[in-house]
Amino acid sequence: MIEHLLQNLDAFLLVIVGVAALVAAALMLVLRQPMQVAMALISAMVLLGGIYGLIGVHFIAAFQVLIYVGAVMVFMVYAIMLLDVRDRSFTLRFSTLLVPGIIGGVLLLAVLAYALWHGLYAPAGTTVSFGLQQFSIAFLNEYWLHFELTSVLLVAAVVAALAVIKVTRKKHG
Amino acid sequence: MDKTQLLLLLAVALFALGLLGVIVRRNLLVMLMCMELMLNGVNLSLVTFAQQTGTAAGAVLVFLIFVVAAAEIAIAIPIVLVLVRRKGTLEADAFADLKG
Repeated sequence: MIEHLLQNLDAFLLVIVGVAALVAAALMLVLRQPMQVAMALISAMVLLGGIYGLIGVHFIAAFQVLIYVGAVMVFMVYAIMLLDVRDRSFTLRFSTLLVPGIIGGVLLLAVLAYALWHGLYAPAGTTVSFGLQQFSIAFLNEYWLHFELTSVLLVAAVVAALAVIKVTRKKHG
Repeated sequence: MDKTQLLLLLAVALFALGLLGVIVRRNLLVMLMCMELMLNGVNLSLVTFAQQTGTAAGAVLVFLIFVVAAAEIAIAIPIVLVLVRRKGTLEADAFADLKG
């Protein structure tokens, strides 16, 4: 029993971490306080990083934790601490679209799962792991222009954020 | 059920949960976080497909999505701050001015 488990330890861990990530994502929908939701999202992201590590793409796992948890979510947590507004969205968690939303979500999940089972899915056995070297060569040879273009996007985002703040500052004196 | 199928199912479930969160929750910040969850689901599917085919293009796309997510949050948070300063609430229904 234990030997069998140790042989399939990777798959076993993958299932456990995946289920935990799913539970954290489901908790995001029902928790009341935005800070609790942020903590659930952070745990989901860390668990996803664990999944990336388990399937062998360690550099994406590292950047998942560095960029998503380290930058994006820290920013989010700061915004939540700045905006401690106890309004109707705090007492009344769900909008009026709760029932149609759940129906639509279940339908979407069913359609996508059906497509996974019958349509787009190619049979396995071709799983090839690629390392950091192969990724870096492709990244810097073929996709350097795309990456440079994202820096333009980042500059545009920074300028837009400054513009948004400045407009309100002018209005409020 | 093999590993690829399991991961794709997880990615689909994360995306659906994120979309559901954007639709059913009232709080603007929670809606933003649910959008991040959707991006995470897409990332997982991209990595899984990249592993399956052995090409690096999917992983490159994941990196670009990281950058886009950072830019998105950098512009979304100031907008939320401005909206809250204007109306004093985080409830999404309060910002229906464009509905007419």
